[in-house]
Amino acid sequence: MPETKILYNPGHTACGGCGQAIAARLVIEAAGENTIIVNNTGCLEVFTTKYPESAWGVPFIHSLFENAGAVASGVESALKFLGKKEGTNVIAQAGDGGTADIGLQALSGMWERGHDILSVCYDNEAYMNTGIQRSGLTPFDSNTTTSPTGKESFGNPKMKKPVPEIARAHGIPYVATASVAFVRDLQNKVKKAISIKGPKYIQIHVPCPLGWRHEGAQTVTVARAAIETGLYPIFEYVNGELAGVQKIKPKPVEEYLKLQGRFKHLLKAPEQIKKIQEIADNNIKKYGLKLEA
Amino acid sequence: MFGPLVAKPKSSRKNKTGSWRIDVKPKFLQKNCIACNMCVMICPENCISGKEKNTYKNDPDYCKGCGLCAFICPKKDIEMIPEGEK
Repeated sequence: MPETKILYNPGHTACGGCGQAIAARLVIEAAGENTIIVNNTGCLEVFTTKYPESAWGVPFIHSLFENAGAVASGVESALKFLGKKEGTNVIAQAGDGGTADIGLQALSGMWERGHDILSVCYDNEAYMNTGIQRSGLTPFDSNTTTSPTGKESFGNPKMKKPVPEIARAHGIPYVATASVAFVRDLQNKVKKAISIKGPKYIQIHVPCPLGWRHEGAQTVTVARAAIETGLYPIFEYVNGELAGVQKIKPKPVEEYLKLQGRFKHLLKAPEQIKKIQEIADNNIKKYGLKLEA
Repeated sequence: MFGPLVAKPKSSRKNKTGSWRIDVKPKFLQKNCIACNMCVMICPENCISGKEKNTYKNDPDYCKGCGLCAFICPKKDIEMIPEGEK
């Protein structure tokens, strides 16, 4: 790629091995240069646009933590009014906090009004930018600074919020999950999504070496283990129908948990591991993930 | 600071994040490369380039030494070596 066409430039300040940095680049490269990005506040916004610098080679707007959905709706409507929407993609992207908690009302409005926008959620499963506080997408029993482990607590007591299901309930034409462990699948899903008119939602599982407490070189190993154990089902819904899932030969959930410092406390608590295994088993049953021999 | 703040596109290039590397750096052996492009796809910095077989290399000005390229390489053609070695 010639330098003028580089859409996501080096020199950003993400940690070494950052999953979100990989995913953000894959998304923008799949979407192409005719794209306008609207970003919620979050790690991604902070490490790519540390004022007065920007890593982006495409138009990029950041307004507030909660309103990427609303700003993107405005951008899309303005493009339509000017007659320039054809061939221009609008992406509203956010971390998991900006999608599932703080930005949900603006996103929900955007989905409901039917704007032609792709919303991308980079799911690193906590508020990593401000120091690992739990969010609506933090998994069960994860150790964060606002759900610490101790004598009485095994970490986050709540289940992960089913945001893809919430998106699907809006009746939008395309909902998918993806992971940085399968980069080509991720890019294909982005390309497929932008070829569809109307609101789209993609949730990407992105390991965070800092918050999940693993080595930077293990990012792909961890992301892959989440899928292979059934804890992060990879699926896509087209027009509300399940159109495809990534089949797996299910592994025990310990294979995923033991890789990360945030689940370290569970290795001495088999009854908690049993509960997490149940979550994985439910996913496998619900989406039919098991590979039939 | 009030009002919109505007930054020039691609201006992050002046941050030479290569200085963040502490102990290891990737070495592209350029022997068994099959040009599968996986190292380019997985690099969080977008600092690996190459087109033909055995031409892939990283930009040490930006490489943070995370080691994902060495992990993902199907031919084990990338090695992590201690900083300072050739």
